[in-house]
Amino acid sequence: MQPFTTHAGIAAPLLVDDMNTDQIAPFLPSRSLKDDYEVMLFNRARFREDGSEIADFVLNKPQFRGAGILVTGHNFGAGSSRESAVWSMLANNIRVIVAKSFADIYRENCLQNGLLPIVLEADVADAFIARVVAVDGKGPFTVDLATQRISGPGGPDVAFEIPGADRTRLLEGLDDIGMTMKHVDAIVSWEQQAAKAQPWLQQTTDRRN
Amino acid sequence: MPRTLFDKIWDFHLVGQRADGRDLLYIDRHVLHELHAHHAFAQLEKQERPVRRADLTFAVQDHTVATKPGRDENTNPTGTAFIKAMREGCRKNGIRLFDIDDREQGICHVVAPEVGIVLPGATHAVPDSHASTVGGLGALAFGCGTTELAHILATQVMAMKRPKLMRVRLDGKLGAHVSSKDIALRLIADLGVAGARGYAVEYTGPAVAAMPIEQRMTLCNLNIEMGGRSGFVAPDDKTFAWLAGRPYMPQVEMWDRALAHWRTLKTDDGAQFDREVVLDCAGLEPQITWGTDPSQVVGISGRVPEPAAIDQGRRAAAENAFAYMGLKPGTPLIGLPVHRVFIGSCTNSRLPDLEVAATIVKGRRVAEGVFAMVVPGSSSVKREAEAVGIDRVFRDAGFFWGESGCSMCAGGNGDRAQPGERCVSTTNRNFENRQGPKVRTHLASPATAAASAIAGCIADVRQLVETA
Repeated sequence: MQPFTTHAGIAAPLLVDDMNTDQIAPFLPSRSLKDDYEVMLFNRARFREDGSEIADFVLNKPQFRGAGILVTGHNFGAGSSRESAVWSMLANNIRVIVAKSFADIYRENCLQNGLLPIVLEADVADAFIARVVAVDGKGPFTVDLATQRISGPGGPDVAFEIPGADRTRLLEGLDDIGMTMKHVDAIVSWEQQAAKAQPWLQQTTDRRN
Repeated sequence: MPRTLFDKIWDFHLVGQRADGRDLLYIDRHVLHELHAHHAFAQLEKQERPVRRADLTFAVQDHTVATKPGRDENTNPTGTAFIKAMREGCRKNGIRLFDIDDREQGICHVVAPEVGIVLPGATHAVPDSHASTVGGLGALAFGCGTTELAHILATQVMAMKRPKLMRVRLDGKLGAHVSSKDIALRLIADLGVAGARGYAVEYTGPAVAAMPIEQRMTLCNLNIEMGGRSGFVAPDDKTFAWLAGRPYMPQVEMWDRALAHWRTLKTDDGAQFDREVVLDCAGLEPQITWGTDPSQVVGISGRVPEPAAIDQGRRAAAENAFAYMGLKPGTPLIGLPVHRVFIGSCTNSRLPDLEVAATIVKGRRVAEGVFAMVVPGSSSVKREAEAVGIDRVFRDAGFFWGESGCSMCAGGNGDRAQPGERCVSTTNRNFENRQGPKVRTHLASPATAAASAIAGCIADVRQLVETA
């Protein structure tokens, strides 16, 4: 996984709650095993059916085109577990999402891919959103995971909380499977013990075979 | 100290704790589908990691398969590559695949219980947010993403933080033509789309005890629509009777031993939950969504709400929903003209769902101008329905009767309505554009969907049946 240490980028305000993964990464008519995640992101909000851009959408506005930080409301990433809703952010070089809250599975998918999910308390978030709106893309914000601070134009640094374990994993870009495989002996002994205590769990037989 | 059922299952499956503080939870059964499988197989191949327990892993082709009679893997051309890639990955890794032409193919959350892959007290993972459907049988199930899926394939464990616990007690006796779908919609409306975020939910109470297994699965299926990753019902005699004899169930002496254990799977008296919710289901009328998220719900006799009646924080979303749905505040739901009706999906496609709908449809005709579809949840459900003539009831009434798959739930197989059409659907999400660009989805029960197909507009099934 690509580590996350710091990111400096334009912050774009997406002022909604409950943005769902169908909206973030809709199924494209041209779906394939190698989907175009760059085009997928917010596809229906960004593009008309003829492929032309919808100028009003925040990421299509000139000042937010190269945004690397998305600032949004409650329950971001609700709905389906599709990880394309994270991959499509990365394909557009968005590395940080600042929200009032995230849907559980979406947040997990962010952590698996080095996309930093920052949760701000609602009043802090409201103040930060107001600031991002006022700055209007004129100058980048810097997100530093090591110091847990967001700095940038229009005000003082904003501190954020993130569970220490999630922070370490992102900073070091730790391989999730690798971390777990350090416990392979415990997995094996669990299997041996379960095979005695609840043997039906460790067997799958189709009785018709 | 009294323990919850959740604690008992979680603690038994706890393998250890990782350096980052996450619990490693052993996954007893793992079910894949073709939308995610190829990414995970490719990740593992790249890292040169084997699948650890192919024998505990199953795969079902469901999201992209066509429903047209006589379909094959090429009928939906955008699905072909996904179907083939999962088939190849399963062959290489020795995973039992329910392929598109398997007599037990269907939606993964319907097939797994049917063939007995789901066990009470077992942990279960699927790379799909509706994984906890099988919580209706007392399994502890988790939806996951693609990278988590690869992690489970490689390790057979999930690395998770222990969730908080919520207990939802459902009191009262359900009225005629009211089902667990209506209860779930009411709960989502009351708690909100993020109300159960961070929680595992145990459903209890007399209304749950009275529910057939299939309705318990519908209830647990919709748990994610209020943000809960896992929802379940403690197993009881109904559960055991439902499971007995299914192909992958333990047999003979092993069954007896398992059963003795399963009977202990209960929350102890006095066990503590982080949150308790009670809903009285007596007098609950059929429920239906009016908006574009599953919490925008009213009773069938209700009206599209006035903005003033909506929480300030939810008002902007409601205004968007009014516009998208083409509805004005104060409009009654009953009587809204409908173009499409869809009966199917992991939420409501099991045999009893189809039986309920067929009872209403029998001897009637789908209204002119309505395209109505029934897509059974599995090929087994389809076969069983055909054996008792339910397919004829639907087809005689003018319904399309399809091959099994996820179909119009998310339209991943090309089954979609036309822009601007209003669709009454037994599925789980009424998000914008989910059933096709600009399609207006109203979520409801199979009974309400069937009644609306006949009436040609959103209808109260109780009126349709009683005035017949």
